[in-house]
Amino acid sequence: MTFLNFLISGISLGSIYAIIALGYTMVYGIAKMLNFAHGDVIMVGAYICFYAVSRYSMPPLVGVLLAMLVCTVLGIVVERLAYKPLRAAPSLAVLITAIGVSYFLQNAALLLWSSNPKVFPNAFVLKSVDAEGNEVVKNGVELFAGQLKISYVTLATILICIIIMLALTWFTSKTKMGKAMRACSEDKGAAQLMGINVNATISMTFAIGSGLAAVAGVLLCSAYPTLVPTTGSMPGIKAFTAAVFGGIGSIPGALLGGLLLGVIEIFAKAYISTQLSDAIVFAVLIVVLLVKPAGLLGKQIREKV
Amino acid sequence: MKKKFLSLLLAMVMVLSLAACGGDTEETPAESGETPAEEGSEAPAEGTAFLLGGTGPLTGGAAIYGNAAYRGAQIAVDEINAMGGVQFDLRYEDDQHDAEKAVNAYNVLKDWGMQLSLGSVTSKPCEATAAETYADRIFALTPSASSTATTEGKDNMFQMCFMDPNQGSASATYISEKGLGTKVAIIWKNDDVYSKGIHDTFVAEAAELNLAIVSDTTFADGNDTDFSVQLADAQANDADLVFLPMYYQPASLILSQANSMGYNPKWFGVDGMDGILTMEGFDPALAEGVMLLTPFNADATDDKTVAFVTEYQDRYGETPNQFAADAYDCVYAYKQALEAAGATPDMTAEELCDLMIQQFTSMTFDGLTGEGMTWDATGAVSKSPKGMVIENGAYVGLD
Repeated sequence: MTFLNFLISGISLGSIYAIIALGYTMVYGIAKMLNFAHGDVIMVGAYICFYAVSRYSMPPLVGVLLAMLVCTVLGIVVERLAYKPLRAAPSLAVLITAIGVSYFLQNAALLLWSSNPKVFPNAFVLKSVDAEGNEVVKNGVELFAGQLKISYVTLATILICIIIMLALTWFTSKTKMGKAMRACSEDKGAAQLMGINVNATISMTFAIGSGLAAVAGVLLCSAYPTLVPTTGSMPGIKAFTAAVFGGIGSIPGALLGGLLLGVIEIFAKAYISTQLSDAIVFAVLIVVLLVKPAGLLGKQIREKV
Repeated sequence: MKKKFLSLLLAMVMVLSLAACGGDTEETPAESGETPAEEGSEAPAEGTAFLLGGTGPLTGGAAIYGNAAYRGAQIAVDEINAMGGVQFDLRYEDDQHDAEKAVNAYNVLKDWGMQLSLGSVTSKPCEATAAETYADRIFALTPSASSTATTEGKDNMFQMCFMDPNQGSASATYISEKGLGTKVAIIWKNDDVYSKGIHDTFVAEAAELNLAIVSDTTFADGNDTDFSVQLADAQANDADLVFLPMYYQPASLILSQANSMGYNPKWFGVDGMDGILTMEGFDPALAEGVMLLTPFNADATDDKTVAFVTEYQDRYGETPNQFAADAYDCVYAYKQALEAAGATPDMTAEELCDLMIQQFTSMTFDGLTGEGMTWDATGAVSKSPKGMVIENGAYVGLD
């Protein structure tokens, strides 16, 4: 039973990584750039939702929608100001710029919202009244007479993850916009010749990626409720690792990579050592990349020399 | 076109670096409208006051400690300056709880002409600045940097707080004497000297007291969100008390995760736990019954504490924690030592350093955080901690 409990903890942590990794992989797959500021967009989304729900007592759903709206706009603005002027620049310059944007967002958050940690309200609870008239707050389901607990946040995260994954796969393979995105990712120049507006397509990618980041931020902070300006950076890096693990650019790969990373991390902590867990996670990553350099579900593209 | 791209890139880089600088040197969090710096205007003219400097995290994750220490010291300085006699000019620089930034902040203070130092507020940065004050022969008295390496091998570095080993052994002794628990679990942060120092001595002392440690698990930076494994280990081993030698931020996550697991042991923290109740949105019910050892009790009824707490609340709208009280005591300890030594503000830092070493190793000091405090030649203070418990969202004395 403890094994199953650890497995559930692992999946719950992994599903958070997965949802962040989806945003990474989406932007990388289409714009062919690593948006290292993704983790910080997550943090911005979480703060917007926090203020909407805690300070202005809006319903949680409105808070999430507002956070998505703000993050989408933020994503477009960042893309327009920081990445678009560098479209022709070498990819290294874009990468460094992304790191700069990440620091910019963190420090802006520090100025705007101060360093004092905030505790994020958990919206994934069921309130009911028991026989004696007391309010009972349930935050998860219990199985096998309470031996196994799954929180609603975990269930919601996994469900949302799968929905987003299916929606993104459908969007990129079936819709006109999605096809345009794939065309841009294959060859920007040829896409432009075919009458695709490359700039608008890439902006759209960032808009979707940042909107997803807001959802990820709310889920991250619902599961692990401490919110500070650096909240997004470490999960962002772990999620990037997960995206590489699953095969960067592959949407199902992000989900698989995220879940596996979370489960390996928890199992390493539980059965090997709490001190070495991160080292073990990254050792597994190295081994996988040695065997399959493109990641678990990544496409091996042969370079023509 | 290329030129345009280049100029845009350069413009971006400049904007970003400016923004980064803005974040680095910002001295107070945006939220506190009233900053101690504004009150520094009463400071006496140069040359008549001792230049007292310190570094602390005024922004960043540990800002609550840095700001508390700064504010506590500022209140003491304002009170002393109003009395006449010894005058101080206080200046705090931000180190963001980062050793490298602390050394930069220290250099700023040195250029300013600092004669006496308040060290750094947190352990890691203070180890770095202590090496500098030792090399430059500037006397330093830290309010709250508690690791052993802070004072080790430095004759001019003193502490106002307990040393980590003392916190660890005092906690073990306290738990054993009061019979708070028989099976103890420890969760600690293995990349933090503060947490490791307390953990090591706690374990050693517990072995002598026959206190069984049934679970001993760790976490580190970047791995500090999910505690389900550590808590499951403690629960599986029937721990009836969980010892948390860490700062309050991870502790708040541990408390909320244990609550959702339905695990309800006794919780025992150290001075880093102070501040948990001030987190915005934190449900105080989670911290109900959390015990901690701290040298300062804001609910105490003696005149000194009441006067300090009232003044602090009037100025900053919150209850002072132990860090504020420690810094307040530091300034008063300096006043007592300077008066006893007959020091004058025109002395050099090096002359003051020798006088202060002499005074601090021989004097007895009564402050907010303890009566009859003395220091030994290593710089460690001797005073007795008070046990506190959180009840209905407030600290209450355990004894």
